[in-house]
Amino acid sequence: MKKYVCSICGYVYDPAKGDPDGGIAKGTAFEDLPAEWVCPVCGAAKDEFAPE
Amino acid sequence: MENVYSAVKVTNNVYWVGAIDWGIRDFHGYTTPEGSTYNAYLIMADEVTLIDTVKAPFKDEMLSRIRSVIDPAKIKYIISNHAEMDHSGCLNEVIDLIKPDKVFASAIGVKTLKELYHDQHEIVPVKNGETLSLGNMNLTFMETRMIHWPDSMFTYLAEEELLFSQDAFGMHLATLERFDDELPQHTLEFEAATYYANIVLPYSAIVLKTLEKVAATGWKIKIIAPDHGPIWRKNLGWIIELYKKWAAQKPANKAVVIYATMWHSTEKMARAISEALAEAGVRTSILSMNHFHRSQAAYEVLEAGALVVGTSTLNNNMLPQMADTMTYLKGLKPANLIGAAFGSFGWSGEGVRDLETILKEMKVEIAAPALSIRNVPNKGALEICQELGKTIAAELKNKLASS
Repeated sequence: MKKYVCSICGYVYDPAKGDPDGGIAKGTAFEDLPAEWVCPVCGAAKDEFAPE
Repeated sequence: MENVYSAVKVTNNVYWVGAIDWGIRDFHGYTTPEGSTYNAYLIMADEVTLIDTVKAPFKDEMLSRIRSVIDPAKIKYIISNHAEMDHSGCLNEVIDLIKPDKVFASAIGVKTLKELYHDQHEIVPVKNGETLSLGNMNLTFMETRMIHWPDSMFTYLAEEELLFSQDAFGMHLATLERFDDELPQHTLEFEAATYYANIVLPYSAIVLKTLEKVAATGWKIKIIAPDHGPIWRKNLGWIIELYKKWAAQKPANKAVVIYATMWHSTEKMARAISEALAEAGVRTSILSMNHFHRSQAAYEVLEAGALVVGTSTLNNNMLPQMADTMTYLKGLKPANLIGAAFGSFGWSGEGVRDLETILKEMKVEIAAPALSIRNVPNKGALEICQELGKTIAAELKNKLASS
């Protein structure tokens, strides 16, 4: 599964880690994140992310 | 006015050419009773370079200070380390006036400046780690995204061992003293902590990573020149250690009781809770938001372990002062707190429940169920408040013992 980078703040979404604070379990692919999921660092929307 | 404002020498080749704002009291919602400074720096290299500019109304003050060293038209480069308006508000006017060869910013800085000013000046993006030769000196850029805007970057001047750190290590403090060693250390600590709590706190994880990145560069740094407040030339190690401590957000043996009250009932509860916390050996600050400002609350929460919040219920809601404070605190993302909500109500009591909901959204660990008292608390009710204080104190001690 691919990592995705936030184009605003540089945060990297790693599917292996998920986003526990945002309620996203380990092993969740970026594509499977809910549409309303936002960058845990800067709050940017999902469409601001690009593959690493 | 031309001769009133002079530059201040920072090193042999670097001058402070910023502006002092003695009058500002509200910095986008952060109260600044001591005013602020907008720091800009002139590097007298072969290619004369200006680091950052100042808030728009202070353009002439900055130009006067530059003129005390050199004709501003001789400036070849301008670097924008941070696009926020207090550092770029006069950038376009200054470009028109001095016509530099080039203006540089981070890639996101270029985009941000375009979106802020919608003008046609070309701004050249620099990459993370890129070096710019000024002839006899060299600048190196480091992206510091989200400290505290996406565009933010540091600029390092190797020949003077000087780091231009934009808002990092800054403070809102208007003084004629320009250096940290000219000011009392307790003033530096209070103002730097207030600034950290109100501006930098949400990005604490990035602060820790950035400090590691800076250490890994091997840069020798003898001066840190921020965009607000004094220049650090003596207490660098001390302020860096404080940043590490604030960013780590380890819980401390401190409680902050923040409340707003209508007819003093919630206040009586706050006093009883606070007295019990203090009696149990917890350092306790109590802030009535009827009198305090949200940014003072943020300062108090920075080094706390417990956040206890209270409100009366007004028209089925919490008091607006508490809604204001809680919205602000939630955005600042303080971590590792335990807490509880309390308050008096007349007939419905939604305010306290809403406060507890916000605490949960802030990931504050609820140490005790919310405590609501109808109307004026009597002796028995105040004893329950004291019990709440004791419970929070015990929970905090457990947490400190296990962390």
